[in-house]
Amino acid sequence: MKNYETVIGLEVHVELATKTKIFCSCSTAFGGAPNTHTCPVCTGQPGSLPVLNKQVVEYAVAVGLATNCTITQYSKFDRKNYFYPDNPQNYQISQLYLPICRNGYVEIETEAGKKKVRIHEIHMEEDAGKLVHDEWEDVSIVDYNRSGVPLIEIVSEPDMRSADEVIAYLETLRQTIQYLGASDCKLNEGSMRADVNISVREVGSKKFGTRTEMKNLNSFKAIAHAIEGERARQIELLEMGRKVVQETRRWDDNKESSHAMRSKEDAQDYRYFPEPDLVPIIVSDEWIAKIRAQQPELRPQKLMRYKKEYDIPEYDAKILTESKHMADLFEATTELCKKPKKVSNWLMVECMRLLKEHDMDADEITFSPIHLADLIELVDEGTINSSVAKEVFELIFAEDINPKQYVEEHGLKSLNDESALRSTIQQIIAENPQSVEDYHSGKEKALGFLVGQTMKATQGKANPGMVNKLLKELL
Amino acid sequence: MSLMTLTAVVLGKKIKAKEVTVVEATRAALDAIKEKEERIHSFVTVDEEKALARAAQVQKMLDEGKLTGPLAGVPVAIKDNMCTEGMLTTCSSKILYNFLPTYSSEAVKKLEEAGAVIIGKTNMDEFAMGSTTETSAFGETKNPWDDAHVPGGSSGGSCAAVAAEEVPYALGSDTGGSIRQPSSFCGVTGIKPTYGTVSRYGLIAYGSSLDQIGPIAKDVTDCATILEVISGYDEKDSTSVAREDYKFTEALVDDVKGMKIGIPRDYFGEGLDPEVKEAVLGVAKALEKKGAIVEEFDLGLVKYAIPAYYVIACAEASSNLARFDGVKYGYRTEEYTDLHNMYKKSRSEGFGPEVKRRIMLGSFVLSSGYYDAYYLKALRVKALIKKAFDDAFSKYDVILGPAAPTTAPKLGESLSNPIQMYLGDIYTISVNLAGLPGISVPCGVDSKGLPIGAQLLGDCFQEKTIIRAAYSYEQTRGYLHSPMSEAAGTVTQ
Repeated sequence: MKNYETVIGLEVHVELATKTKIFCSCSTAFGGAPNTHTCPVCTGQPGSLPVLNKQVVEYAVAVGLATNCTITQYSKFDRKNYFYPDNPQNYQISQLYLPICRNGYVEIETEAGKKKVRIHEIHMEEDAGKLVHDEWEDVSIVDYNRSGVPLIEIVSEPDMRSADEVIAYLETLRQTIQYLGASDCKLNEGSMRADVNISVREVGSKKFGTRTEMKNLNSFKAIAHAIEGERARQIELLEMGRKVVQETRRWDDNKESSHAMRSKEDAQDYRYFPEPDLVPIIVSDEWIAKIRAQQPELRPQKLMRYKKEYDIPEYDAKILTESKHMADLFEATTELCKKPKKVSNWLMVECMRLLKEHDMDADEITFSPIHLADLIELVDEGTINSSVAKEVFELIFAEDINPKQYVEEHGLKSLNDESALRSTIQQIIAENPQSVEDYHSGKEKALGFLVGQTMKATQGKANPGMVNKLLKELL
Repeated sequence: MSLMTLTAVVLGKKIKAKEVTVVEATRAALDAIKEKEERIHSFVTVDEEKALARAAQVQKMLDEGKLTGPLAGVPVAIKDNMCTEGMLTTCSSKILYNFLPTYSSEAVKKLEEAGAVIIGKTNMDEFAMGSTTETSAFGETKNPWDDAHVPGGSSGGSCAAVAAEEVPYALGSDTGGSIRQPSSFCGVTGIKPTYGTVSRYGLIAYGSSLDQIGPIAKDVTDCATILEVISGYDEKDSTSVAREDYKFTEALVDDVKGMKIGIPRDYFGEGLDPEVKEAVLGVAKALEKKGAIVEEFDLGLVKYAIPAYYVIACAEASSNLARFDGVKYGYRTEEYTDLHNMYKKSRSEGFGPEVKRRIMLGSFVLSSGYYDAYYLKALRVKALIKKAFDDAFSKYDVILGPAAPTTAPKLGESLSNPIQMYLGDIYTISVNLAGLPGISVPCGVDSKGLPIGAQLLGDCFQEKTIIRAAYSYEQTRGYLHSPMSEAAGTVTQ
């Protein structure tokens, strides 16, 4: 078999975090009853007209600046014409000729090293409604609540060569956009969606192979599997002396395979033309400067600051800043307890363990910084010991309980009363003559046994340091 | 004598002076409609009950001093492509035969705030596509001067309703001459304002970059008064322009001394009916007599306006009319096998032949491979036409020409030859491409007894100049009532 290289480019749709839709003042909130977040504009009523939500431009420009794009200072919307009931006007307002951002790049890092992935363009557009097919009644119903929710589409150049690079690219985009506050970028909820264009070619070839476009990829795992599967499928075709057909394919996550949706021949002519109901978008130098000035601290800057300001090792800092939510949690907790290393330790060890155990994303953490800060304080004061603290943390993680109150109510405070502990230990010594003898004959293990017995007798509440000290003294 | 022989402003004054009640004025309109509709058919919908209830409400507000404007209590008819909440809005198309809007267009809202009583919705060419009102799915409207002739279009219902004196005034829309040409055919006055002056919110779009709503009435005073009410910046329409001055009635001054009037030779060449030519040149003479400076000049590019217009308007229309698909509102075919079959049958059965022709034309010029050759080229022609007008307005305050090459053709004559019908738009179309304001004023009657209209064009935002010129001319002539009027044949000064 020949040596093949995979060439991948991505079209990433990101739902922007605006409160209202792109062309009307309807809410973008999730979960309303069908067709309640609608008006004449987003249901395509005759005579209605779109008015651009400026916040959409600001987010798009912010993402463009953060991804090193050139901002198009005279930008326009175009109509993309196609018939489908989820699209009430039967055209989508999008950008073709003068997209808001062009010619950018992001830097990614994989095991293969660092590399730049170029961004061809970022354009703004509106989302469609949702079709619900009722198999029982043999009807389809449309919900226009999502119709007109603002999207940006980030189109990369075909610069990626492996699933690893694709995942790294998507992670970088997601982090950047989350840090900007422009979107929550949840693949599983559809606020970030990726279409993957894949082709293969012989290593060393300058020409691109025929590409296919893969749709319906709802997780990083699905993306990685789809890329591997499609690479194998295309190579197999070529090895058999057949050709790859330019087509759109749909990934089936359950079957772990894809099937053809439509070929290039079936491709629609969208008859794009400039949207006459909207005026050109003029982005002045001042506006760009203002958006640049409002840009929050992004991950690379945060990484450097964590190392410098908190003395956090690079590896830890990377994990803490992987999600903006985690970084926010870290900073807020540190602000409260002034112990960055301890906060980092809790988040890196216990918190990560629980996330993994529950198969959760860092973004899904719900506990309050003050509760983690209080927990750290309880341990530092010696009010609770570390094993109790781990149990309490699990409850903080799960239910965001107040640790001070919980420890108090459940009597979990360490036994720091020396005379009470002394009498307990005397009793343990009396009950375990063999161990005492072993200890005196030099068997260090025996001490451990006696500590364990003491902890057991105090239901784990004894301060282990004090138990050790007293045991040695009394023996 | 029917109250409908009065102009809107005069009727408004009588209502304010309590000589006439709003209910009386409304009844007068409803009675006139009952009497004349069978012959004219200017309306698609008349809502008597709603109009009378509204009349009583307006009277109460007038009595309480809550309404003081010049149009308070005056009945009005609205072209059926402007949304009216709770009142059918069909665009004279089968595809919207049952469409009840949930909101009113901005222009209608402004009229209602000024105390207007909406009597009903007027007939039009289907989706404003046509020059005769014959493409309406609900039957043709006839010219009040001679019912064997068309009223023009596409605002033919609005112009006929005013000329037949069913209502004192009406709103129309103008994409390529649809206010000015029927105004000229029906012997009434109509203004197409500068693009962006009247909000398009709620106007069911034909060619979005060309459409403007405007007034149709007996005289210039009415038109200026109505325009003052319906104009204004609207944040719901992104193409709306915040103008410094909307006080159009201030221009109702009989004075054209020193005003420079340009007469484009290109508008008086081949194809222009000699009787129309003579009448329009008569306007120039009358204005010259009052002290205006009249000069002939070459505008240029006139022959490119029609193809550029039909490319742009149809391209936009093909997309604007895509939403009429049987899914959300309007007509849906009875039987269908699947989604695409439903689309196809609903649209095939719901749209008339002229609309289909323009959708196909528009879809074609936007298709990949043709976009540059047609659509982009048309946009470049549009820019050149605007430049030709800019040059002309650096020399002249007003451009004077005919509104149409002929007087109203006979019913049935135009649709058999659509190209000929499109060529009839030659004097009105460039104005929309350049976004300019234009006014059509009656200037005579031909040997067949059909009215002739002259068109005065101004530079962008210079409505006041053309209103002043038209008003000054009107003082020399007065308003000649149509044969359908109770005051038929008489002139009101």
